[in-house]
Amino acid sequence: MKSSQKATFEPISGRYAHLTLSGRPHRLYIEEAGSGIPLVCLHTAGADGRQFRHILNDATITRDYRVIVFDMPWHGKSLPPTGFETEEYQLTTASYTQMVLDVCDALELERPVVMGCSIGGRLVLNLAADHPERFRALIGLESAAHQQPWYDTEWLHRPDVHGGEVCAALVSGMMAPQSPAESRHETLWMYKCGGPGIFKGDLYFYRVDGDLREKIARIDTARCPLYMLTGEYDFSCTPEDTQRTAAQIKGADVTIMKELGHFPMSENPAQFRRYILPVLEKIKAAT
Amino acid sequence: MTAEANTDRVIGLFERLPALVEANADLVKRGRFLTTDFALVVGATPLLVRVEAGRVTSVARGPFLLRPWTFSITAAPETWLKLLKPVPDPGTHDLMALSKVGLARIEGNLQPFMANLQVIKDIVTAPRALM
Repeated sequence: MKSSQKATFEPISGRYAHLTLSGRPHRLYIEEAGSGIPLVCLHTAGADGRQFRHILNDATITRDYRVIVFDMPWHGKSLPPTGFETEEYQLTTASYTQMVLDVCDALELERPVVMGCSIGGRLVLNLAADHPERFRALIGLESAAHQQPWYDTEWLHRPDVHGGEVCAALVSGMMAPQSPAESRHETLWMYKCGGPGIFKGDLYFYRVDGDLREKIARIDTARCPLYMLTGEYDFSCTPEDTQRTAAQIKGADVTIMKELGHFPMSENPAQFRRYILPVLEKIKAAT
Repeated sequence: MTAEANTDRVIGLFERLPALVEANADLVKRGRFLTTDFALVVGATPLLVRVEAGRVTSVARGPFLLRPWTFSITAAPETWLKLLKPVPDPGTHDLMALSKVGLARIEGNLQPFMANLQVIKDIVTAPRALM
């Protein structure tokens, strides 16, 4: 018997873009929704763009913003480049920065807003320091110039520990206990889906190559506004880490978010919305 | 509460682990590959927790004479009580958060610990149901 069920569709389009990143051809998966000010969202280490699905589906946001989310190469539905099988993946400050600039150029975005979380939150600080003229505003979620590591990343990629399980188990405690179970488990699922060694390779940027403490003093928020929002339950990038960073950046706008952790946009979308809508409103008003 | 009373309270909570874990079929299922002895150290008092195929089959109170365990997790009784709050406060809400700031020490052979990290975190925090 034929089902009478009719599918409903979200207002998101997903496409594969072909472009060159770090001198190599890539097939990059990009989702977008809405129109207006370009808002490019950067996912966390070891995860993918699905973290931003609630932003993409938020009509209040997409009314004024063209929300663009891409899976970094090696993540989600973006493939690794040809020849990856003999390489160890390692994200660096230079390659990550160039990737975001190249994606913005390839999509012909005019002074977009970039909102990045965790490694993405670190990256926006580098964009603020080196490329303020390219962006309308920058939003760092769980963002700091540096933070204290708390485990040996060797555990993330070895044959006697399941990579997906350990990555998820490590980050599970970085979410707020008040976040809905459904959203917490969805967030962890993305960590369980990551390719072998990819979380570890992303953390090379976070832990080794991307210490921006010497650089942030040059950030000029008059040239590009900087918003920093950190969840109170984030023990990896703590509120103190964000506040210490912001203390060195004149004009940085800091918010500590209640009942949220390291993955605000995916662990508790409704709670995050209360914090991010006023920021997006301010950016729109200044445009 | 005195430190001694806190220690007794935490030990009392951990001594109920066999029934708490048994009552959680999902946790037992997820832990089915874990068989190990590990120590939960409350202040200076070790508790030897035996796990067999995901079930906590015994919790023995030390001190012990040359008894081995695979790994140990040590924290002050007050710290354990903070972790075990039904809705813990930021910073004391996760075992790794405690470890990061030195409020807990995780030592020994960490391969089984890391390979079963979520299960172990869930076993250790199972007494939240009693708080």
